[in-house]
Amino acid sequence: MGKSLITLEHISKSYDGQLILDDLNLDIHENSFVTLLGPSGCGKTTTLRIIGGFEKPDQGRVVFDGQDITSLAPNKRQLNTVFQKYALFTHMSIEENIAFGLKIKNKPDSYIKDKIRYALKLVNLEGFEKRMPDSLSGGQQQRIAIARAIVNEPKVLLLDEPLGALDLKMRQDMQYELKRLKEELGITFIYVTHDQEEALTMSDHIVVMNQGYIQQEGSPETIYNEPENAFVADFIGDSNIIRATMVRDELVDILGTKFACVDKGFGENKPVDVVIRPEDVELVAPSEGTISGVVTDLTFKGVHYEMDVEACGYEWLVHSTRLSEVGTKVGIKVDPFNIQIMNVPVSEDEEAISETI
Amino acid sequence: MKLFKNAKSAFLMASPYLAWAVIFIVVPLAMVIYYGVTDASGAFTFDNIARISESGYFKALCRSIALAFISTVICFLLAYPLGMILASMKLTRNTYLVTLFILPMWMNFLLRTLTWMTLLEGKGVINTVLEFLHLPTINIINTSGAIVLGMVYNFLPFMILPIYNSLSRIDDNVINAARDLGADSVQTFLRITLPLSVPGIISGITMVFIPALTTFAISTMLGGSKILLIGNIIEQQFTLVYDWHLGSGLSIVLMIFILLNMIIESISDKEGGIF
Repeated sequence: MGKSLITLEHISKSYDGQLILDDLNLDIHENSFVTLLGPSGCGKTTTLRIIGGFEKPDQGRVVFDGQDITSLAPNKRQLNTVFQKYALFTHMSIEENIAFGLKIKNKPDSYIKDKIRYALKLVNLEGFEKRMPDSLSGGQQQRIAIARAIVNEPKVLLLDEPLGALDLKMRQDMQYELKRLKEELGITFIYVTHDQEEALTMSDHIVVMNQGYIQQEGSPETIYNEPENAFVADFIGDSNIIRATMVRDELVDILGTKFACVDKGFGENKPVDVVIRPEDVELVAPSEGTISGVVTDLTFKGVHYEMDVEACGYEWLVHSTRLSEVGTKVGIKVDPFNIQIMNVPVSEDEEAISETI
Repeated sequence: MKLFKNAKSAFLMASPYLAWAVIFIVVPLAMVIYYGVTDASGAFTFDNIARISESGYFKALCRSIALAFISTVICFLLAYPLGMILASMKLTRNTYLVTLFILPMWMNFLLRTLTWMTLLEGKGVINTVLEFLHLPTINIINTSGAIVLGMVYNFLPFMILPIYNSLSRIDDNVINAARDLGADSVQTFLRITLPLSVPGIISGITMVFIPALTTFAISTMLGGSKILLIGNIIEQQFTLVYDWHLGSGLSIVLMIFILLNMIIESISDKEGGIF
């Protein structure tokens, strides 16, 4: 990963007395695809708007390429934004929309023409120059919004839930399209979404946010496989989050049964939270399992079956390609590597977070 | 969406309004045109219409157009910045303010104009106060200025509302996008905000210019009997002179002007909001 391009230092922001961001610190590296992920109201869009210059933080600094840009107007920043719901200029043709930024900068006509052709080719909408935005589908409008932003050759492209208004199929296509664009342009993307699947598919680096705090940041694999707290575990995909006791290193007591695990350093007989992904719960014959239970619910999900298994007073969520009918007695086994141990929240703030889950 | 199964049921639903339109719009219009193109003996003639070229009538028409134009410009200059302020405010607060600007419309139009008469008169409220303060008195009643004042006062809300509406419909992010693409606030206004509010401006202009062009109540009350607008002259033909033919002829001229005005506006408005 490249050097640090944007640094947010001790950013705080509140609206009408409500704290949206609290002492946020974030480093964004050159040439990376960074996703700010979190539920609505977590402060991810506000963070993006502060980077874009549409909001001023109450406290803290925004540093861009070594320069303090905290109070620089949006039109003076070397970055461009793709807005939610496209925000195209409806009174202008596609061509005029894309040319807008270049005309403001007084670029020569021939240069603008080439750029428009290049940008439309990049977003697979060649020949749309003379069309009006209203005559395009949502997905096409979003591509135009991207084209309009990238012709200005920004160092950073900010994307504010750009796929939120599209249907599922279109959204999936656009995810790959965006990834390809990022590779071709070789610039930094900062992407805001509440969709964990979108984040996992596209990002190099995910920043999980909740209630104005960064909960965890890291690669998609780290975030998914090693969530640091119950909020992250729950937000990134389905999971079984169980209050348990760490007996000693590499041994955890889950619902009264001891399971081998690989985590160390949590102390002896300490309360912890355990995360087990539903696809990591193995259903075996009752005699072969560490614990046993009964299947209580079954749903066909296409790729796999989703089952609820009642065992030791907890309803385990299980994903498996092998079907076990409702009422079947099953054994539950979990590979030690797939048991993720997390600290139990200590502060009241964190407690509040885990209660909202 | 197809609301009606067939044209027959659609016609049935529309029939109350159609009846209304025929009785109160089509028939009177036909009568005005009939009177306008006939003389007292009922013979066909263009004389009534042609008499607009007589100096007195022609001057009144020119004066009407000039005053209506000035009033429209003043209304626009007052309403546009206000519309921008209202559109940029939070919903809870601007509801009160919009209501405040609409409030005068709840009062009777003649009463409002009459109030200005009392205020502006030689010995009216304003001059009494000025005299009391030993300041020079003003004398604008029965001038064109007083008529313009009355027009602006009465028709301003009709300019504010459509402009405010079109401005508040512009997505904040469209403005942000323009800034994001490098436009400063002046460029953003000229290239984005202003063009996107054109439909509101057009309907505002129409809703101020046309009533201002045809008014006779405001000029009667605030212009005395000295300043005659085309509206006053037409009114006099019907109520004093009893020459319905000339009155209708001049009305047709005025209608042509209004139609021209609307055609010009609809051409400049790509959205085609009027027709």
